[in-house]
Amino acid sequence: MILNQFLILSAFLFCVGMYGVLARRNAVLVLMSVELMLNAVNLNFIAFSARLQDVSGQVFALFVITIAAAEVGVGLAIVLLIYRNFASPDLDAVDQLRG
Amino acid sequence: MLDAAWIIPLLPALSFVAILFFGKKLPRGGAEIGITTVAVSFALSCVTAVQWFSHVDDAQGGAEGLGAIGRSMLGAAEGHGAVVEPVVHSVTWFQSGAMKFGVGIQIDGLAVMMLFVVTLISLLVHIYSTAYMKDDVRFTYYYAALSLFTASMLLLVVSDNTLQLLVGWELVGLCSFMLIGHWWEEGANASAALKAFLTTRTGDIGLMIGIIITFFAAGTFNIVGINEYALSSGADHTLMLVGASCLLMGIIGKSGQFPLHTWLPDAMAGPTPVSALIHAATMVVAGVYLGARLYGVFWNGFTIGSGGFNAMAIIGAITIIIGAALAFVQDDIKKVLAYSTISQLGYMVMGLGVGAWVGAVFHLFTHAFFKALLFLGAGSVSHSGSHHSFDMKKDMGGLRRHMPVTFWTFIIGSAALAGILPLAGFWSKDEILATANQGDFEVFAAVGLIGAFLTAAYMTRCVYLTFLGTYRGHGKPHESPKAITVPLVVLAGFSVVAGLANAAPLGIEKFKDYIEPSFAFPPVTVPEFDYGLAAASFFIVVLAIGAAGFFWFRREELHALRGLTERNASARVGYRFLVNKYYLDDLYEGVIVAGIKGPIAQASYWVNQYVIDAAVRGVGKGARLVASGIYTVDQEAVDGTYNAIARETGASGGLLRRTQTGRLQWYALVLFAAVGLFSLALVIAR
Repeated sequence: MILNQFLILSAFLFCVGMYGVLARRNAVLVLMSVELMLNAVNLNFIAFSARLQDVSGQVFALFVITIAAAEVGVGLAIVLLIYRNFASPDLDAVDQLRG
Repeated sequence: MLDAAWIIPLLPALSFVAILFFGKKLPRGGAEIGITTVAVSFALSCVTAVQWFSHVDDAQGGAEGLGAIGRSMLGAAEGHGAVVEPVVHSVTWFQSGAMKFGVGIQIDGLAVMMLFVVTLISLLVHIYSTAYMKDDVRFTYYYAALSLFTASMLLLVVSDNTLQLLVGWELVGLCSFMLIGHWWEEGANASAALKAFLTTRTGDIGLMIGIIITFFAAGTFNIVGINEYALSSGADHTLMLVGASCLLMGIIGKSGQFPLHTWLPDAMAGPTPVSALIHAATMVVAGVYLGARLYGVFWNGFTIGSGGFNAMAIIGAITIIIGAALAFVQDDIKKVLAYSTISQLGYMVMGLGVGAWVGAVFHLFTHAFFKALLFLGAGSVSHSGSHHSFDMKKDMGGLRRHMPVTFWTFIIGSAALAGILPLAGFWSKDEILATANQGDFEVFAAVGLIGAFLTAAYMTRCVYLTFLGTYRGHGKPHESPKAITVPLVVLAGFSVVAGLANAAPLGIEKFKDYIEPSFAFPPVTVPEFDYGLAAASFFIVVLAIGAAGFFWFRREELHALRGLTERNASARVGYRFLVNKYYLDDLYEGVIVAGIKGPIAQASYWVNQYVIDAAVRGVGKGARLVASGIYTVDQEAVDGTYNAIARETGASGGLLRRTQTGRLQWYALVLFAAVGLFSLALVIAR
């Protein structure tokens, strides 16, 4: 089994996610990009788990999936409130904490 | 009930709160609450008294059972029976360091006697007031104040320590103030209330100092403890003398003794039932009660046991004479009775001063009944006979036919006050005089006899002007309603029989047996009944009534005496001297108050302006110089440092705030950049 392919895929997905988080203006898309980054990390965990014959990597991946589900629940609620208050899902409008 | 006597003052206190909150909503304006609770308190007081009697009987019966030797030892120590300790219960009120301040009850003969008197007269006055105060604007308020007064007086009576006694003492003073000024719409009534309050407060200063002195001498506020200390051989006599003198000041203020008696006649501005309850029967005897309670202190301080003269007896004797003399020139029936009260309180204080503890307390007991009776009788006259006037010369006279019940009860009260055998006043007055005569105080016994003569004479005058002769008023006199006459009849009954409680020649000496303490009590001498003295005092009383009666009935024929004050200069001077109440009020208001207002105020103003102010100003200037130096340092050095720090912080903040855009993705970018940089650093370091 070649580890490199998994790592490259994972790095690619992570970069795509990071780009989404930093560059997209739509809050829903930002949230989806965060999911993408989490799954990239999961892929990394599982790849090393298989390589090292250690099950704890997979356990970690399961935990991350669980946390991600909770995070989406909270995140969507926040997005919904942002939409209600600003009448758009645009994150650039939310800059009330500017110093 | 001996252990639970605290309920007796508690009930009227609850009644006070209840009347205040619900009185106006009730059909009888709160009177029903007051009457019910005081009636219950009265019943409980009777139970307490009966239990105390059996308590004493048990103790003495037990002592007799010890056998002849034990009894003779005990008998030698106390003169009669066994030592019966008072029933004392107290709980800690508050604690300061190791010192505990208690609140509690002390039930003994004196306390049960006072409980009986206070609750009985309070109950009768409550009933009487339903008619007398009918349709009054502040009827409910009046009953609330009566309840508060009863509670405070009972608190004073049962207290086992001087601090609690002081609380009750001040509370009854407050109630007296409230009730004298009950009709405050008239300025004179409000001033009378204020005068009563301030004059008694003058005496209270002494009382407070006395309490402090006895505390530091005996190391306790407990009455039993103070008496025990004062009678122990290690007691400091000088300290006791000063303490007793200070306590005597409190007695002088509260019990209307010379020279602070001037508030009591003015206190007649209050409603008449209040005068009967507070200014005749209960509150004014609080001073005498204090003297009887802390008798050990007075006994030691004034060396009463050794005869001669002492401040307490002298004050009492002066008060007897000046009070009785002033009663002759009053036209207001209540003022006659007020001066009479002052005079009779003088008997009690003199009695304490000459070692006649039993006599003084016995006189307190009998006086409460007949003087309350006389006041309530005067109230009945003004209520139904003289159209709310108290002027005997203008609005009364000849009321005998119109108000038979009031007349006969008033006659009984007057006879009891004058000391006619076998009514109450005779026995108690005689007890005091006999003790004075046999205990090396002959001068005071003589003063007492003169006082008896004056008392009988002015009461004859009072009865004549009010009930005999022809009616001079303008109303339609009629007998008072039942609520007024029933208390009169009850009190008349007590005025007849109360004296028999301690009638020595009949072999009844309940006061000596049950009321006189046998624990922590000085060895007072209880006199043999003196038939000669009793006969003399009775003869003097009859003589006085005869002389006064002769003068008043045959006035028209006594040309030599008519208009005496107009024709004879010295008689006029004497009359004016009495009418002006020995110029004592003028002394207090004109000299002392004006002195304080005038020159003394001027002098203190000058001292204030030129001495104290100058000093204060000098200190102020110096302080200002120092302060301005400190101010400069403060402004330049200290503030400069902090300002610089603040300024730099602000500037750096201004720069850094630009990083705070408030945009989420900017923060995320910084985060990722930082993570990236740290990762890079980690990789390079490896």
